[in-house]
Amino acid sequence: MTVPDELHYTGEHEWIAIAGSTATVGITDHAQQALGDVVYVSAPAPGSKVTAGEPCGEVESTKSVSDIFSPVDGEVAEVNPEIEENPGLVNSDPYGAGWLFKVTLSGAAGELPPGLMSAAEYEELIATQN
Amino acid sequence: MTDSRPQLRRTPLTSVHERLGATLTDFAGWLMPLRYGSETAEHNAVRTAAGLFDLSHMGEIMVTGPDAAAALDYALVGQPSALAPGRARYTMICAPDGGILDDLIVYRLAGEEFLVVANAANTDTVLNALTDRAGTHTPAGAKVADRTADYALIALQGPNAARILGPMTDAGLATVKYYASYPAAVAGHQILLARTGYTGEDGFELFTAPQDAEPLWDALTAAGAASGLAPAGLAARDTLRLEAGMPLYGNELGPNLTPFDAGLGRVVKLDKPGDFVGRAALADRAQAKPERELVGLVGRSRRVPRHGYDVLWDRTACGKVTSGAPSPTLGRPIAMAYVASDVASEAREAGPGSGPDRLAVDVRGNAEPADLVPLPFYRRPA
Repeated sequence: MTVPDELHYTGEHEWIAIAGSTATVGITDHAQQALGDVVYVSAPAPGSKVTAGEPCGEVESTKSVSDIFSPVDGEVAEVNPEIEENPGLVNSDPYGAGWLFKVTLSGAAGELPPGLMSAAEYEELIATQN
Repeated sequence: MTDSRPQLRRTPLTSVHERLGATLTDFAGWLMPLRYGSETAEHNAVRTAAGLFDLSHMGEIMVTGPDAAAALDYALVGQPSALAPGRARYTMICAPDGGILDDLIVYRLAGEEFLVVANAANTDTVLNALTDRAGTHTPAGAKVADRTADYALIALQGPNAARILGPMTDAGLATVKYYASYPAAVAGHQILLARTGYTGEDGFELFTAPQDAEPLWDALTAAGAASGLAPAGLAARDTLRLEAGMPLYGNELGPNLTPFDAGLGRVVKLDKPGDFVGRAALADRAQAKPERELVGLVGRSRRVPRHGYDVLWDRTACGKVTSGAPSPTLGRPIAMAYVASDVASEAREAGPGSGPDRLAVDVRGNAEPADLVPLPFYRRPA
């Protein structure tokens, strides 16, 4: 169960990597293990607005469907082009090739958006959930 | 790591699944392995090599005595009295109104000895119904006993199953026909060996004493290692049976459906002598024109039609999905659904992929086009 230190996390098991005013979003190793084999990802369309804490897409696995919640406010800049043909990337490389979408942040540049957890806080969350 | 839900029943193999790191789930009150790693990989292992399943949650009910055959002919829709010892048959038990209480396999072990295998969720219902029906129909000559706790059940399924099992048993597997059962020794343990399964592949089900389950599982695992044998959980079991077009009680079968609704009227032996529970209602139903039909659907996109989703014809609801999942073998989502008979006929005539997308499934607000196909979705190569 990996929880990379340099990323931030949400209580809905998304991870977010922020570089300047662009954030990359995916789901965590914990989430992909719980879901099982991912067969379909519905990511928000480029140009659409996303709101922190609101559902913005779906991840579908063999047995279930889960909402993707946007960790931040912003506008979707890009969706992972590999994910449609190869949804299994979410399982095999959730923090790398399995990234889902990128957002142009609407908050002040250089500030960490509110409501995100550190790696240590996320590890504690999943420990208490189990 | 032991599960912290003490009220779930453990099978003789639950500690093996824990040792293997399986994701465990509550299935009909039993702590069962959902998957060990990737359920898609487990599914593919069964189709290309072999899989090993723990089915010890299923119910085993023994019906014995000089009137056992007569009791079962009365209690069930099939005709177990016509089975030769060593043969088995898929059948159903219905309510007086023809509604299905469970689907079953009945194994005739001897002239006066029948093993009835029921779904885990329905074992008590079946036990009570058999006890009542034998009690009224053949009170002196038939005994019904719940033997579930006396059996563990391991299934070995896949094209390599016979190759793996052959060297481990004294039974000449070439003579164990499909739907036959046979006392045999496997790895030195006495078992009941049956050539039955729920995957659409060749395979065997091994009824063992509970204390023999773990040594047998380990022996099969070792023997199968060179042939690609993998442990397989309930998630793979469900996608395998769905591809094979096999019904699941609670989805395609239930108390509001008759065997005819599910396209399984062949299990109802209206010609057998003597009365049976549900005869009048089922005889009527056999004559009537069906309003709905159980059909197969293949989705054109990757979104999966799931249990309870509406089936649409020209954007109007005409039925409901009973089971749906991604099909690893077909590479697209598949589903079974009850659909209005006239729509089913029109969709069949229109054919797959022709013209505008009239047939669709409402997947969480999106009309996803689908094609109607004959069942089963998959047949094993001859």
